[in-house]
Amino acid sequence: MGRKHRRNVSTIIKNMLIMKEKIQIVLKGIFKENPTFVLILGMCPTLATTSSAINGLSMGLATSFVLMLSNLTISLVGKMIPDKVRIPSYIVIIAAFVTVVDLLMAGYLPDIHSTLGIFIPLIVVNCIVLARAESFAAKNGAADSIFDGLGIGLGFTLALTFLGFVRELLGAYSVFGYKLISGDGIILFILAPGAFFALAYLMILFNMVKKKLIKK
Amino acid sequence: MEKKLIVSPSPHIHDNVTTRRLMRDVIIALLPAFGVSVYFFGVNALLVTLVSVCVCVGLEWVLQKYVLKTPPAISDLSAALTGLLLALNLPSGIPLYIVAIGAAFAIGVAKISFGGLGSNLFNPAIAGRIFLLISFPVAMTSWPLPSSGFFATDATTGATPLAIMAHGLADGLTPQEIMAGDHGFSYFQMLFGQIGGSFGEVSTLALLLGFAYLLFRKVITWHIPTTIFLTVAVFTGIFRLVDPSQNPDPLFHLLSGGLMLGAIFMATDYVTSPMLKKGAVIYAVGIGVLTCVIRKWGAYPEGISFAILIMNATVPLINMYIKPKRFGEK
Repeated sequence: MGRKHRRNVSTIIKNMLIMKEKIQIVLKGIFKENPTFVLILGMCPTLATTSSAINGLSMGLATSFVLMLSNLTISLVGKMIPDKVRIPSYIVIIAAFVTVVDLLMAGYLPDIHSTLGIFIPLIVVNCIVLARAESFAAKNGAADSIFDGLGIGLGFTLALTFLGFVRELLGAYSVFGYKLISGDGIILFILAPGAFFALAYLMILFNMVKKKLIKK
Repeated sequence: MEKKLIVSPSPHIHDNVTTRRLMRDVIIALLPAFGVSVYFFGVNALLVTLVSVCVCVGLEWVLQKYVLKTPPAISDLSAALTGLLLALNLPSGIPLYIVAIGAAFAIGVAKISFGGLGSNLFNPAIAGRIFLLISFPVAMTSWPLPSSGFFATDATTGATPLAIMAHGLADGLTPQEIMAGDHGFSYFQMLFGQIGGSFGEVSTLALLLGFAYLLFRKVITWHIPTTIFLTVAVFTGIFRLVDPSQNPDPLFHLLSGGLMLGAIFMATDYVTSPMLKKGAVIYAVGIGVLTCVIRKWGAYPEGISFAILIMNATVPLINMYIKPKRFGEK
């Protein structure tokens, strides 16, 4: 009885340790290796699709979905792919999942799909997805790869939503489409130059907060 | 103040020129134009200027003290000058909160974010004006027409000569018909400032007076403004000769819009213009050509502020290629 109990405790501790490891992988993607504010990858969709919070959120979620599934697939089949053709093979795998997202969004979320337009198919060449495939999924196990995709995806989604939120708030005086003050807003923030301004200042803010937290 | 022994490479310049003295001279040179605008646009012009200057100076002080953590240097008057220039580039009836946003952008983004005076790539006042022009297109193009009543707050609005001209040309009229028409204007009015426009740009005569003062005090050299005027005159002159029915004459272009204000006071900013005279001429030709191109083919009737901003971006490149010959170099 006692031995069995001890074994249970040790499995629970072991499981907890594994859980902790996975959570750390996820947190790393959100904070320490945030793709937008720290790695500065995938700038094209970041700047182009964040004219409102809802656009940023949907772009982030679509990319997260592709990231998780492509990471999983590549971690499973990665060892079978010859080194010389690995990048084209990754692209084919990623393109397959992007097509799935594209068709799903066209079917169920036609409004957002038409707003995001070309940027959904362009997830194929989003360097975040390829970078995680190359630098993480190809070298790690299936479970870790899914959690890495989840973490990086969440980090990307949060960053894009926040950026979209700030731009929409300043540029249209509204939050998730809900108008706070009547009037046109500072239109520049909805336009392309506003994306650069907002991104730059959010990046400063993010790194200031990060520095303070690391000091503690 | 404790004395410091400063060791630095030559050349060693001994002069009593300080930033404060230069900035003060530019502000004095702007006073005639400011006076004319208060005369024509009344208390509104005063209010806009007050808000703009206060926000610029206040924000500069706060950011220098708490963000850059350098001793606040608002007494060098550069922030006050930015505020004044920005205000002179706005229509007088503009809501005051928009003025405050523009001033905050000019100082916070275009100046302090780049490291403060001396490090800014773009002229803060121009950057602030363009930010407002793109952000609030309606408020920024509702030009109150000049009246000589001091408290004329309900002045009617109208278009600037450039906008009237662009609109008229699109309707198939000739420049002469437009100037003689219902919304017409004379060169005399353009010289003294009885036209619609940003309130500092309307009186060409007052601005030229400021130019003369700056030359007299040796604050600026004649190269940049004169080259801009010449370029604009030649460029528009050629088009005028080719097709007089579609192109107003060079005099109209020189007297209209923000050309004088921009060429004399904004393009000559020390920080954002080339260091040598040869570079300055290249820079000024660029501004002149871009201004005419935007005026003739662009979506906006006036192009001088965009032209200055674009050419500001090329200044580091010009400085890199146009260098003085070193002693002994062939």
